[in-house]
Amino acid sequence: MIRHTVGRLAATVFIAVVLAFFTLPMLWLASAPFDETPTITTSVPEFTLDNFRAILDNPYALGSIRNSLIQGGGAAALVVVLAALAAYALSRVRVPGRDALLYVLLLLSSVVTGTAAMVPIFELATRLDLIDTHLGVVLVVSGGLLPAAIFILKDFMDETPTSYEESARVFGASSLQILRHIVVPLVRPGLATIAVWALASVWGGFLFQFILLRDPEKAPGSVILYTLYTEGGAPKLDLISTFSLLYSLPVVAMYLFVSQRYGFRFHGGIKR
Amino acid sequence: MARPTSAADAAGLGRGRAVAFVLPALVLIAVFLIFPALWTVYLGLTDYRLTGLAAANPQVVGLDNYSGALTDPRFLSSLWLTLLYVGGSAIIGQAGLGFALAWILRSRTGPVRRIVEGVVLLSWILPSTVVGFLWYALLDRDEGTLNALLNTPGFAWLLDHPLLSIIIFNVWRGTAFSMMLYSAALENVPPSHLETARLAGARVPQQLRDVVFPRIRRHILTNLLLISLWTFNDFTPFVLTGGGPEGRSEILPVYVYRVALRDGQLGVGAAISFLILLINLVFALAYLRLLRGQRRQQEVAAAGGPPA
Amino acid sequence: MRLPSRPVLIGAITVLALTSCGTGTGSEGGSGGGSITLTIAANSIEGGKNAESAQWIKQWVIPEFEKTHAGVKVLFQPSGVDDEQYKTKIALDLKSRTGADVIDVDGIWVGEFAQAGYIKPLAEVGGATVEQWEGWAQIPQAVQGLGIFDGKKYGLPQGTDGRVLFYNKTLFRKAGLPDTWQPASWQEIIDAGTKLKAAGVPTPIQINAGTAMGEATTMQGVLPLLAGAGAEIYADGKWTGASQAMKDALGLYQQIYGGSGLGDPKLQQEAKGRDKSFAQFAAGKIGILAESDYFWRSVIEPQAGVAPMKDRDQAVGYAKIPAKQPGAGLRGQDFVSMSGGAVRVLNPFSKNPRLAWDLLAFMHSAAATKSQLAGQARISSRTDVNDEVLTADPMLKYIADEVLPITAYRPGLAVYPQVSTALQEATAAVISGKSADEAAVAYQGKLEGLVGGAANVGG
Repeated sequence: MIRHTVGRLAATVFIAVVLAFFTLPMLWLASAPFDETPTITTSVPEFTLDNFRAILDNPYALGSIRNSLIQGGGAAALVVVLAALAAYALSRVRVPGRDALLYVLLLLSSVVTGTAAMVPIFELATRLDLIDTHLGVVLVVSGGLLPAAIFILKDFMDETPTSYEESARVFGASSLQILRHIVVPLVRPGLATIAVWALASVWGGFLFQFILLRDPEKAPGSVILYTLYTEGGAPKLDLISTFSLLYSLPVVAMYLFVSQRYGFRFHGGIKR
Repeated sequence: MARPTSAADAAGLGRGRAVAFVLPALVLIAVFLIFPALWTVYLGLTDYRLTGLAAANPQVVGLDNYSGALTDPRFLSSLWLTLLYVGGSAIIGQAGLGFALAWILRSRTGPVRRIVEGVVLLSWILPSTVVGFLWYALLDRDEGTLNALLNTPGFAWLLDHPLLSIIIFNVWRGTAFSMMLYSAALENVPPSHLETARLAGARVPQQLRDVVFPRIRRHILTNLLLISLWTFNDFTPFVLTGGGPEGRSEILPVYVYRVALRDGQLGVGAAISFLILLINLVFALAYLRLLRGQRRQQEVAAAGGPPA
Repeated sequence: MRLPSRPVLIGAITVLALTSCGTGTGSEGGSGGGSITLTIAANSIEGGKNAESAQWIKQWVIPEFEKTHAGVKVLFQPSGVDDEQYKTKIALDLKSRTGADVIDVDGIWVGEFAQAGYIKPLAEVGGATVEQWEGWAQIPQAVQGLGIFDGKKYGLPQGTDGRVLFYNKTLFRKAGLPDTWQPASWQEIIDAGTKLKAAGVPTPIQINAGTAMGEATTMQGVLPLLAGAGAEIYADGKWTGASQAMKDALGLYQQIYGGSGLGDPKLQQEAKGRDKSFAQFAAGKIGILAESDYFWRSVIEPQAGVAPMKDRDQAVGYAKIPAKQPGAGLRGQDFVSMSGGAVRVLNPFSKNPRLAWDLLAFMHSAAATKSQLAGQARISSRTDVNDEVLTADPMLKYIADEVLPITAYRPGLAVYPQVSTALQEATAAVISGKSADEAAVAYQGKLEGLVGGAANVGG
């Protein structure tokens, strides 16, 4: 019993430490945007909302968040749908060499998401006439995210019971119907997780978005954030902190929505 | 209705429909992943540059870029730093802390669990540029929040302990994924088994070793595979330290960035990207070996052990 | 179990996701509806980096040019990011033979872009009218050099800058140093630093060093010092290796950062060290700082600077960078400086090259240049405009009159960025305790690898 109490106490201390560790860095985001003269250090702000007024004056700031939503949302939707289809099929049908194929794709995705693939990606987009389109960004980033998404989804489609599918088949349901009405509800938290993961990955991406887009009216927030510097490369912290806060909000909002609605876990809650 | 091609084909997909399901993803991957990746691998065999004479007329130089990189002390030190970074921040840090959180939170409900999970996830989904500023504000030498809290004014965390700083940073950044994966995995461990072990006098480490780990081993391996791959390609620490001071936090993605974008040597950068792929392949093979071993064990356990 | 029949739903979502994103109309190139479209690309953006220049293009250049050229539509393609990233984007565009018609580039990129075939001499693209342009007579030969490679004119320079030593007069007074200060040798800088140190100034001297500061280390540090020791980084087809001049330059770094306490070695290593040096100078913690006139215009500028100093005009002095000893500098000079500057080039793959030249020349006319400056003082490329505008700011007039005649420029070759990095690494080695000689030898080794062997390296 004593052991149990001590364990409980240790766990509480551990949770407190973890909470402090994870919250501490975020203080800057809570203070700097409201500070009249924000610096790189966290301090109690001389309260002002002028920074928000200033960022709203920026002709691209708000639009860029919309663009991030289009590109991030588009990529998340595409990745979830294509990965779910592929993961389901790979999970249920034994294709020779499927594991090796998945690993190879996973490894190749690391090459393509790096700086060195810049020229091939750009030339490809140019030839497919995808330069300066949201679609181009969505397709390019989705290509890099899909292998990991399939890998994760297949993992827990493997864990969902197949008995329901068998009975649905007996009742004459088509494969797509089975996927849509039996499998998807079971793995819904996982799909939601992949969607948020894909969105968050796209949300912070800079290099490909920058080289693929021309019109700043289409630039996502990550690109606009990089413009809030002076000619000599010094950051305009008032604008950067405020924009960072605004720009983080949609992702946080999406997470809250998803976790409220579908749960945010890698498991459907039904055990084999 | 298609006939099942194997016993596992519960949905009756059949090969044809399975291919149709996989095809859209595969086409996208082929065009936007495999094709540019192979092109990049080819560029790694040339002296291609973004500008200058070598841009107009690139020459195939064979394996020169590879031998050049492998004899560059900066590459080797960068490789070593990356191994420490992946080992410290992903394999030990994220996986360890993620599991600890999942284990401790598994029996809790209510606001504490929601707040902890929320904060951990928030650090995972914030945009990377924003995160860079956050950590810079925390670790700053002159007036950083951490120095103010610890009463250590002027302690230059990022300069004196650059690798440790980015390791801790990445633990903060990426623990959420491991936490979620392990939370899901722990749900697969029947509480009755844990209870039995506890009644038999097993302490927590023994419970973990005998009851928990055998059941979630597969998840551990999936987790390790993905987080080490992601950490290997993680460029975010650049925002924090710029690879410095003197390259002491220049992990491989930062090295590639410097070589390919700043110096414009796209051929060399491509070759190093491929080397990173090979190193990741070694990691993946090691994990796979562990996974195979575990499968055989599981089959043995399933045959002899009590039904779950 | 009821299964409503909506089997195509998932496919539909996919299609929807694809089509709803495909809103690309393509703002570049095309000749829409019979009229001609020209595009200007620049690394500036409204509300962000170089916002004034973006505003000028949008609000002055485009309407004024369209007024005199019926049927021509001019578009602006802003960027506003790190120079390296902007350069990458421009290079990719030109490589695939697309991109804007008139493009803003740093003068230092002209050589490597020309070598890659990304740009062509102006006269080849714009035609015979190029040589007859009235503006050539207004641009000093040295400034024209920013757009020249291999003796051919590739671009029109927009303006230039110069490097000087800024000093804090308040701190100087405290240390018993004169209000008007002009060191005649490196030793006099060290002497002033020593006095500042004795008067309790935390960081007496800031000369950029290390890799974290990037090109700012090379431009504000190594190259002016090298020039002060009588050498250029690239001369007569050879790169400067571990010569005596290089050892001297690194030796000064050693004097400042090697334990004398005159400089702050840690500051050179920090990822945001340069920003911090600005803030510290503004806060009265740095005595002497080597920077370009950008520091005066945009950093400590009393109203809109990133580290504003309300009393800038009274409290901040500036002095030319001295040679090691009088007469020991480049070309036997007593004082030295380094300059750079942006140029505008024509896209050789432009569909309307003649008209693009018209636009380019128009952007560099006296009226346009004056409008671009719009009240803020800055050194343009045109003497006629400078004579008129710079009287408003004594500091910039000082640069134009005193510094530009003695300045030098960097070599515009593709390998230069890597040589620059090697120089930064050499200073970093000194900062972390190596001797100047050791650092110079290590640099020489690296340099030989970069430029293709010892044959291309001069003593």
